[in-house]
Amino acid sequence: MSNKTESNVYTILFAVAMVVVVGGLLAFTASALRPKIDNNQRLEKQQNILYAMGVNDNDETSAVFVSTDKAPELFNQYITKQLVIEGDKVTEDENAYLIDVKKEQASAKAGKERRLPLFVGNKDGQTYYIAPIRGKGLWDAIWGYVAMDKDMVVQGVYFDHKGETAGLGANIKQRYFMDDFIGEHLLSENGDFAGITVAKGNNDPKNENKTDNKVDAIAGATITGDGVTAMLKSELKKYVPYFKTLK
Amino acid sequence: MGLLSKKDAALIKDPLADNNPITIQVLGICSALAITAQLEAAIVMSFSVLFVLGIGNVVISLMRNIIPSKIRIIVQLIVVAALVIIVDQVLKAFAYELSKTLSVFVGLIITNCIIMGRFEAFALGNGPWRSFLDGIGNAAGYGVILIIVAFFRELLGAGTLLGFPVLGDPIEKTGLYAFGYENNGFMLLAPMALIVVGIIIWIQRTKNKALVEDH
Repeated sequence: MSNKTESNVYTILFAVAMVVVVGGLLAFTASALRPKIDNNQRLEKQQNILYAMGVNDNDETSAVFVSTDKAPELFNQYITKQLVIEGDKVTEDENAYLIDVKKEQASAKAGKERRLPLFVGNKDGQTYYIAPIRGKGLWDAIWGYVAMDKDMVVQGVYFDHKGETAGLGANIKQRYFMDDFIGEHLLSENGDFAGITVAKGNNDPKNENKTDNKVDAIAGATITGDGVTAMLKSELKKYVPYFKTLK
Repeated sequence: MGLLSKKDAALIKDPLADNNPITIQVLGICSALAITAQLEAAIVMSFSVLFVLGIGNVVISLMRNIIPSKIRIIVQLIVVAALVIIVDQVLKAFAYELSKTLSVFVGLIITNCIIMGRFEAFALGNGPWRSFLDGIGNAAGYGVILIIVAFFRELLGAGTLLGFPVLGDPIEKTGLYAFGYENNGFMLLAPMALIVVGIIIWIQRTKNKALVEDH
């Protein structure tokens, strides 16, 4: 073909034009939508934290958040204090929930002191301590919020994931898995930190034993389950010194 | 179909049956394996592909006379990727819940060979309207198989449909489980998707002998 679209010059010009147009279009969309997306993510965090402390619209079997338009108001109502723990120093910060756990983990790796956010909630006279956690699943990141009482007994959890297998690992955000954690102890009987192991064959499918530091695993999601175990252990362990000061 | 000429109607109908992208052209198998463990995921994926393939085919068709043939594959890839990212961003801003369900599939849509296949085989040589119909038809053909496979995998593997327990409770032993029925967890693993697709191919070719290739 002696067509003009076959010449090298045309091909290169076309490629350059295409890159500029598509690049510009994507950059424009991204920056135009940024504030809205940030706001959605902020509301989601509030919903997640409230979910963990039991403020949600759950029906019988599925996990339902409080609606996005009610989230900020309920968040102010139920979350009484937001703390940032840095070593022995504990400060209050009303935007602690916006701390990016992923960035904190990275800066801890680089040798800096990690800022640990902890949210103190109050519902029906009971105090909840809610910690954000983050770890690795099979394919990508997993994260969650764990609500505890002052003895590190779990009062509620919320887990989420970026790309675990649908129908298997993705089920960590299902009620039947998350509800198993409620009432489970993070400390062993002699008071040391033990975490909670997502265990196969622990012969307790209804999870009646709350002090064994174990919940029942999801069949076919071993690596995601191990990721949850590792995440709970390594992240919540960092909060143990703070919980000791509560006694 | 009074709206469409016979030839145009065939663009929609053929991919649904005798020229199905999955069972006949054997395209898009990778995503058929990955996301058919749950019916909901399969439905979301089907609609996403329907949207991207419909619009993408039109865009490529409009550009077909100015795309240099040496870099046409890259151009196609950029069009798919840009479309998918824009859709993802818009959903994140205006339908956040839906975008979370979709997030896993964004990468899978870009790499779906049906999309590149239709751009290359159809949109580059046909006008926008016919390309649009071809895109919708092929995406629907893909979606139908995806939903059938997901239906059986979720039902037999987890005993649920769209997350609702339809066969009873496996732990409390109610419903079917009271009679000793067990979920077949193997159905949730990727190889079973291939076997279910294989069974569909088998049934389809038994019913229509013309589809059987002779070697």
